[in-house]
Amino acid sequence: MSATESAPALAEGVDTPTPAVGSSTLLVRSLRLWRTRIGAFLALILVLIALVGPLVAPHGVTEFINKPFSSASASGTVFGTDYLGYDVLSRFLYGGRSILVIAIVSTAIGVVLGVVIGLVAAYARNALDDVLMRLMDVIMAFPQIMLALVAVSLVGAKNSVIILAIALTTAPRVARVARGAAQPVVERDFIGATEAMGLSRVRILFGELLPNILGPMMVEATLRLTYSIAVISALAFLGLSANPDAANWGIMIQKNQGALAYEPWGALLPILAIALLTMGTGLIGDGIARTAAGIDRERGDE
Amino acid sequence: MKWLRGGGIAGFILRRVLLGILVLFLVSVIVFASTQLLGDPARAILGRDATPDRLAALQKQLNLDSSKVGQYFHWLGGLLGGNLGTSLASSQPVTTVLGARIANSAVLVVLAAIASVPISIAIGSYAALRREKLFDTVSSNLMLVLAALPEFVVAVLLVILLSTNVFHLLPATSPVRPGTHAWQYPDELVMPVATLVIAVAPYVSRIMRASMIEVLESDYVEMARLKGLPERTVLIRHALPNAIGPVFQVIAINLAYLAGGVVVIESVFNYPGIGLELVDSVNNHDIPVVQALAMLIAAVYVVLNLLADVATILVTPRLRTRL
Repeated sequence: MSATESAPALAEGVDTPTPAVGSSTLLVRSLRLWRTRIGAFLALILVLIALVGPLVAPHGVTEFINKPFSSASASGTVFGTDYLGYDVLSRFLYGGRSILVIAIVSTAIGVVLGVVIGLVAAYARNALDDVLMRLMDVIMAFPQIMLALVAVSLVGAKNSVIILAIALTTAPRVARVARGAAQPVVERDFIGATEAMGLSRVRILFGELLPNILGPMMVEATLRLTYSIAVISALAFLGLSANPDAANWGIMIQKNQGALAYEPWGALLPILAIALLTMGTGLIGDGIARTAAGIDRERGDE
Repeated sequence: MKWLRGGGIAGFILRRVLLGILVLFLVSVIVFASTQLLGDPARAILGRDATPDRLAALQKQLNLDSSKVGQYFHWLGGLLGGNLGTSLASSQPVTTVLGARIANSAVLVVLAAIASVPISIAIGSYAALRREKLFDTVSSNLMLVLAALPEFVVAVLLVILLSTNVFHLLPATSPVRPGTHAWQYPDELVMPVATLVIAVAPYVSRIMRASMIEVLESDYVEMARLKGLPERTVLIRHALPNAIGPVFQVIAINLAYLAGGVVVIESVFNYPGIGLELVDSVNNHDIPVVQALAMLIAAVYVVLNLLADVATILVTPRLRTRL
């Protein structure tokens, strides 16, 4: 499935590219590890809750049930009511979707941007490399949460602003890893051979270089997704989201934490959801990392 | 920066300092330029019904009648001279507003560093020594899970565990009274510091473990053992100093990360540091304070990375000779 396999055969004695392990192969092989299985299971459950939850919620998100923080038995609901007197379970089932969607979209943009910048920098090996990476240093001087906060304060708490802020702060971190992984590949003979064959730079970057760094990039993508989920739910927790009373896990934790001592579900459910979701993506990332490292060892690349 | 090689350690440090200054300069341009998006600060201060006369007077006072470049250098000059302008929310100088806050946050970060660095170096080293045994398996998996948890989730879980639902050992919030100092309330500091430690320890202990494993497999450690040195000497004199090099980088990155991470943790515990101030001033559109805090946090990041690079070079003879 990788482009290197379909590349024309090179002359004998030239360092033939080891076939890059495709992303699907790596995923399947990583599932042999228990940690990846547990991680995938956790992530799948939480993604299902976030996506399917709104369809099965017993009540609407703004449907008044009983007075605020009334118990399950008093309000006739499963987990009682929240700070507004709405059904905790229903708002929990609705509350993951926006976090998950924003996290996935912003991480995807950031990873693609970072991979492109990292590959270009690694392949350029000249002043462009220096300029690009120093520029990445400048962006990295702003912690993700701070840049997101400042962006929100300047433009307003719109979803598009949050997505852009997360993508922009994800890209330099990914670019560093992509450049680091691509640098040794650039030095190898088969890249010189493809240049001699007259392949376009775009083909070399994305057809030849990219398949050879897919392993580390998948690890980085899951890691970044974990961080994005954390930052986005933290922003909501800090009260910086488009609608301060929306059904959103971060907001639910913040608004319901005052009742932790006597009516804990309103804060506890979203806390557990975010914890298990980030644990899941974290475990998947580690599983892929171990599998990729194992494949490298088999080949003697290390 | 290939035209800047040579000069040994002094040359290396000089290059890194110049690079750090360049990064900070670009950061200041970005901070200033992005806050220009907000429009006229004079109008923001005076409100919509300001008379043109007062507006013009304040614009002159705030140096807004000069060009954007002039304004930038005026701001930068104030920044370097310690004059950060006036907070829009409290009408006090930004330095007055931030002074006590910076001290409070520094207390948190320093305590977290003092606690987390030895703990995670010990855990990482011991896990490397007991590789694939029980301690290693348990600590590695625990660290993996802890690394994935967002700080505010850890913080709220600690509140649930230690101050509301399970045990009632510690106060759930840490509102340091104005005019007093954070270190006068040790019980209020426990949970914020513990949260920061949990946020940092996984990364440091993982890199320590990996680095230690590599060193323990090296020829010189085997050589030291074959010479008949006691295992303790082998570990402390030979293995540890060599394994610690890569750890400095991770410690520095994590401490820099803490400067941003305190934002959320301070909000959970209502702790009056720079994080809470940043959230407040973002909500109040208090631009001079936001600018000052953005520059401060970025400067902490740049300086810590610089120190880490220098420390790594100094403790790694291999790299030192390559300069």
